[in-house]
Amino acid sequence: MALVKATMAGTVWKIVVSEGEKVDTGQDLVILESMKMEIPIAAEESGTVKKIFVQEGDFINEEDHLLEIE
Amino acid sequence: MFKKILIANRGEIALRVIRTCKKMNIGTVAVYSEADAGSLHVKQADEAYLIGKPPVADSYLNIEKIIAVAKESGVDAIHPGYGLLSENPAFAQRCKDEGIVFIGPEPETIAAMGNKLEARKTMEEAGVPIIKGVNIPLQNVEEAISAAEKIGYPVMLKASAGGGGIGMQLVSGEEELRKAFAGNKKRAESFFGDGTMFIEKYIPDAHHVEVQIIADKYGNILPLWERECSIQRRNQKVIEEAPSPFISETTREKMLAAAVAAAKHIHYVNAGTIEFLVDSDENFYFLEMNTRLQVEHPVTEEITGLDLVEEQIRIAAGEPFSIKREELKREGHAIEARIYAEDPVTFFPSPGKITALSLPEGEGIRHETAVYSGASVPPFYDPMIAKLIVSAETREKACQRLIHALENYKIEGIKTNIDMLLATAKHEQFLKGNTTTKFVEDYYLPLTKSVKK
Repeated sequence: MALVKATMAGTVWKIVVSEGEKVDTGQDLVILESMKMEIPIAAEESGTVKKIFVQEGDFINEEDHLLEIE
Repeated sequence: MFKKILIANRGEIALRVIRTCKKMNIGTVAVYSEADAGSLHVKQADEAYLIGKPPVADSYLNIEKIIAVAKESGVDAIHPGYGLLSENPAFAQRCKDEGIVFIGPEPETIAAMGNKLEARKTMEEAGVPIIKGVNIPLQNVEEAISAAEKIGYPVMLKASAGGGGIGMQLVSGEEELRKAFAGNKKRAESFFGDGTMFIEKYIPDAHHVEVQIIADKYGNILPLWERECSIQRRNQKVIEEAPSPFISETTREKMLAAAVAAAKHIHYVNAGTIEFLVDSDENFYFLEMNTRLQVEHPVTEEITGLDLVEEQIRIAAGEPFSIKREELKREGHAIEARIYAEDPVTFFPSPGKITALSLPEGEGIRHETAVYSGASVPPFYDPMIAKLIVSAETREKACQRLIHALENYKIEGIKTNIDMLLATAKHEQFLKGNTTTKFVEDYYLPLTKSVKK
């Protein structure tokens, strides 16, 4: 199990996976947007998306949990 | 002269425009989003109007709302600053239709230069050298590949509506171009509403050198020399200086002449900047024209003694220049460092609350900023929070002043790029004037790796 955290404060621009989806290492999970910059958050290991904690448009802080991979 | 001006912007540039208006006894109207209610531009303007929610689309890009405020407050003119609506031809046109002076060039000029592909063609007609490339929009990846083969790799893939490095990518071969084309086109479509792509030959070891011009309504064009802006990260400028430490006097004269010819060809009015890439043999090529005040305008002000915002306002009010080109003076050397709220290594944004702020003071040090101790840096806007400008008689002295000032620049609570600026300013290649657009990649980033690992 791995918790995926935000690398910067900003808003959740796009969630590109859904719960139950299988993901590979390096695959984009969520795209954050802050200060005119998009930052894709990629999976650090492969697995299944167990839970997504955020919604598109949510404001998040650095280190906030985005989703959980199992 | 105008009695009242609305500033359709925020942050340091709004304060900068307000300062000149006060000097000229012109009233000021600020607009602000909910995120900026506590901002200095709101406090310093004579009047301030809330125009919407924090995202720029709901506030600083909301043309209807800004025009409504302009009419309600009875302003004569609008200064757009840089970014936001400053290069939006529809906004400039709307101002004109409403009988409000837009402090900038004509809407047609903004539109013509905003389309980078059209601008290439126009500049070629004006006799300004352009980078080897294609003058037609590339419809699909196959067209892009055949164009790239004609030009020869490596090439720069660019969005015609692009800006700030978005939709732009260096491509070294066919496979990379295949991967890059669709993604950049999509980004350009979502950011600018226009996915037109084109290709130019990549120029290695290039310097970014731009010429500032001002033009009045009577065909007088004054070139205010150049700025070297090669130190960039994410294709955005970080350190700018004037004059360029790289070009010779002969090249300088040729570049100024090309900039004047370009401005003349498009009947340019107000302040504008013609950006060039200069290769290692000092051949220069047109990159794009910015039809507005630039972030880095203070370095030109420092070496010329002019107030560019005042010049913009006087031009827009219909005044002819009071000086001739021969009377312009250039003195000393100025360097600007942009302070960004970002991680100094990854360059990821770092919004948040500034808990302590202490700015260095002294001879030849100028600050342009809208932040203060206790201010929040919202995540909705550009990460640039301040500009440090130093000037001295020589480049060497200006560099020393820059290093000293950066060492005494304290911002706490958020991450900033000050360490990056300092490492750059102290670097022997920077001190030598070896400031190519690859500087950050070639000299700064390796430094961070060797320290950390």
